[in-house]
Amino acid sequence: MPDYSWPPMEKRRAIGKPVKRADGLAKSTGRAKFPSDLNPPGLLFGYLLTSPHAHARVTSIDTSEAEKLPGVTAIRVINGAGKELQWAGQEIASIAATSEPVALDAARKIKIEYDILPHMVDEQDLSQVGSRAKPAGEVTTGDPEKAFQEADVVCEGSYGIPVITHCCLESHGQVVEWKGDTVNYWPSTQNVSALGAELARAIKVPVTQVHTDMQYMGGGFGSKFPSDLWGSECAELSKASGGRPVKLFLDRAQELKIAGNRPSVYGDIKLGAKKDGTFTVWQSKTWATGGMGGGNLNADQMPYVFRGVPNRKINHTAVSINTGSARAWRAPNNQQLSYITCSALEDLAAKLDMDALDFFLKNVDLTSRPEVYKYQLEKAAELMGWKKLAHKRGEGGSGHMRRGLGIGVNMWGGLGHDSTCRAIINPDGTVAVELGSQDLGVGTRTCIGQVAAETFGLPVSAVTVNIGRDSYPPSGASGGSTTIGGVSASTRKATVNALAKLFEVVAPALGTTPENLEAADGRIQVKGNGSKGLAWKAACAKLGVNKIQEEGKNVGRTAPREGLISQGAAGVQMADVSVDIETGRVKLNKLVAVQDCGLVVNPRLAESQVFGACIMSTCAALMEERVMDQQIGRVLNADMEFYKLSGIADIGDIVVHLDIRPEMDKRGVIGLGEPPAIGGIAAIGNAVANAIGVRVPQVPVTPDKVLGALAGRKA
Amino acid sequence: MIRFERICLNLCANPPRLDTISIDPKGRKEVSAVKDPKDPKGFSRRGFLRGVGIGSGALTTGILQTEADAAETSGGSQLSGPGEVPITLTINGKAMKTSVEPRMTLLDTLRNKLDHTAAKRVCDRGTCGACTVIMNGKVVYACSVLAIDAQGKQIQTLEGLSQNGKPHPVSQAFLDHDAQQCGYCTPGFVMATKDFLDHHPHPTEEQVKHGLGGNFCRCGTYMGIRKAALQAAQAMGGKNA
Repeated sequence: MPDYSWPPMEKRRAIGKPVKRADGLAKSTGRAKFPSDLNPPGLLFGYLLTSPHAHARVTSIDTSEAEKLPGVTAIRVINGAGKELQWAGQEIASIAATSEPVALDAARKIKIEYDILPHMVDEQDLSQVGSRAKPAGEVTTGDPEKAFQEADVVCEGSYGIPVITHCCLESHGQVVEWKGDTVNYWPSTQNVSALGAELARAIKVPVTQVHTDMQYMGGGFGSKFPSDLWGSECAELSKASGGRPVKLFLDRAQELKIAGNRPSVYGDIKLGAKKDGTFTVWQSKTWATGGMGGGNLNADQMPYVFRGVPNRKINHTAVSINTGSARAWRAPNNQQLSYITCSALEDLAAKLDMDALDFFLKNVDLTSRPEVYKYQLEKAAELMGWKKLAHKRGEGGSGHMRRGLGIGVNMWGGLGHDSTCRAIINPDGTVAVELGSQDLGVGTRTCIGQVAAETFGLPVSAVTVNIGRDSYPPSGASGGSTTIGGVSASTRKATVNALAKLFEVVAPALGTTPENLEAADGRIQVKGNGSKGLAWKAACAKLGVNKIQEEGKNVGRTAPREGLISQGAAGVQMADVSVDIETGRVKLNKLVAVQDCGLVVNPRLAESQVFGACIMSTCAALMEERVMDQQIGRVLNADMEFYKLSGIADIGDIVVHLDIRPEMDKRGVIGLGEPPAIGGIAAIGNAVANAIGVRVPQVPVTPDKVLGALAGRKA
Repeated sequence: MIRFERICLNLCANPPRLDTISIDPKGRKEVSAVKDPKDPKGFSRRGFLRGVGIGSGALTTGILQTEADAAETSGGSQLSGPGEVPITLTINGKAMKTSVEPRMTLLDTLRNKLDHTAAKRVCDRGTCGACTVIMNGKVVYACSVLAIDAQGKQIQTLEGLSQNGKPHPVSQAFLDHDAQQCGYCTPGFVMATKDFLDHHPHPTEEQVKHGLGGNFCRCGTYMGIRKAALQAAQAMGGKNA
């Protein structure tokens, strides 16, 4: 078998280098065409008519007036008379027209009558949800009751982390052209290779008739895996309009209501410790919602990261409510678990009168990777200036501005999804790699090019990277931080295989055998003898008229044995905040992120990932939440004025430390998309508690909640 | 409704700029500002009254409304809309002809009619900045400008920023500092940065944070954008001020 292993650190020429984003200029000059930018000839505009009611039955629907409107080419009823609608925003009808204004006019002319049914959209108070609550598991390990009796300190608290939405800037949608036996499909997706098959099933055509293409996409974060109802509707509208292409993207309000969300978690936590800070017992009663499907949480993972605590009692309840369904949200479950766990742990530390950092270090043996977390906690503390800035809870100053520090931790799996790469070496010396993968903006395209360039000994710019089409060999969906593992392993194997073929052709000309050749610095040469060789182009010319085309596969299941990629990431976030106790406003001064991530293919892009993850955490900790109104059953902030994201001035300084020590590098490539998005929320919440002396029990930590918590303490 | 409110705001904010205000004779709610090609004086009292009547919402008076209605039924000057009307926009120095419904925004016209898709539609109501373009030397949210209102103005979009195939220093700086991930907010940010630097050639980082506060990014690229803006300022050397 060929040697696929990564070259040693000191010999790398392309991987591990801060190569600039391959498609960066296309994006920053406006040349990049996203699916929502496409204007194929004859384009029609689609629109979805959705339910204004959280729970209702359609009693009648009349589209006749709308159909008469000039410019309307198709109207389809999705949920007609007799159908029950389960949330505000659920699809009722779809429309295609020659312009957007006409499509909107048509939607207004559709007459619908409803039977309004009772709804439930608020899960915060478990006692109010009635039959919507379903037990979702109870676990007991050790002897929690005895442990509480024996604990020197017992701490109880209630915590909450609300539903947030993905708020992808490019909303969900696609352009579809269904003409005769051909369905051209341009979706905004995280799942290029498999999406066509899903659409084909939905619209009942053979998969071979669907052709998927996506070169750019405007954010997914876990919400863009399926082809969705609006995908098949878009196709059907195209067919019904004589095969003209239709563009159907959700409007912003729809995007925030129905395109996925991160489930909430609320809970009452009780935990205990010995006087010396040894954490001995965890008890949690939590509930959550992710819409009509309820809100399951892998509650057995609590306490998060510190799962080795000997005594645990865990109880979880799933609550179904009349809202759009949850979808994977960058590190599903983990943000909630980290927030609930780290908040409770820091409250326990405060009650022990112990420094939070000392407390986490004291209990590091309860984690699955003690030496890694110890290193990271100490590194983060150093970068934060923890020793100098740390103080006891509530001693954050005497004026109206109070300062505090907090900690959050993360863990993640990674590994790599199934991926096949096709590497091509042409007789003219040009090279290409082809994968049915996708670049969500994380830099996948750039990293693939680096891996190929490394193998071929060529500059990164010499490699053509073709992704985003289902005509290329299949790659998995981009989820679970498995993309970089999958595509780097498959690309490495494919390029090594292709190079071996080139060596076979070139070896005789150099009077040696293939195994004595290497590719380096744009040459094919005899190992250890740079003077005996051929320039890359001259070597490829030996191919005559035949190109080399070889494949390489990463199989997720067997990959760990091969050493190219690995799983298991850990990280620590620390936050430094200032809180104005008169206005309740929280200002983030600094966020430190220390992350292990194995072999880093591109440190520039990896750092960007961690920056982005930290900024997302800042949004979730301080601003972001979906607000439901139980009276009317609707999302009150389905827009971007009141669905708050951080702006450029709202984040403080962010310090990223990627742990690329040789022992970490040896583990191989590990995905980095999700883990750094986990711990920041808890870190910021904890820093606020440290600053003002009381716990603000729910995020986002908005001024009203800060003032409320402070008032509660006085009361 | 959203669009209606926006149009009203537009009307109330800039009444002197209106040449005519046309009414949808079928009584739909959209109110539009359009230059009537057949009326050289370009101003219709009847339309203006009706426009004020609707546009000022709670301030509507019955008298104005009645007068407008009376004027309308007595026939008279040419109405524009509700169908498409021909317009000419000056985009990146080039006159471009198209036809739009008077209620169509500059953003939708750029994207759907003129295939200028760098400006993105994200919030579609003047919050996120993804549709930022420069109009007569000032940044505007193209989702909050009516296409018919943009006639006669110099409109600069990201497509027009590169010169002779060379990327603008701001575009280059966004690459150099990896100030982008998915890239959907990037065109708006590049235009906002360009305009900011045109007016603040030597900014501090604090000024950058303030000056680019009108744009949102979801991937979290602000760290790179801060550095990119400062690099671009140096590269532009205050030349464009």
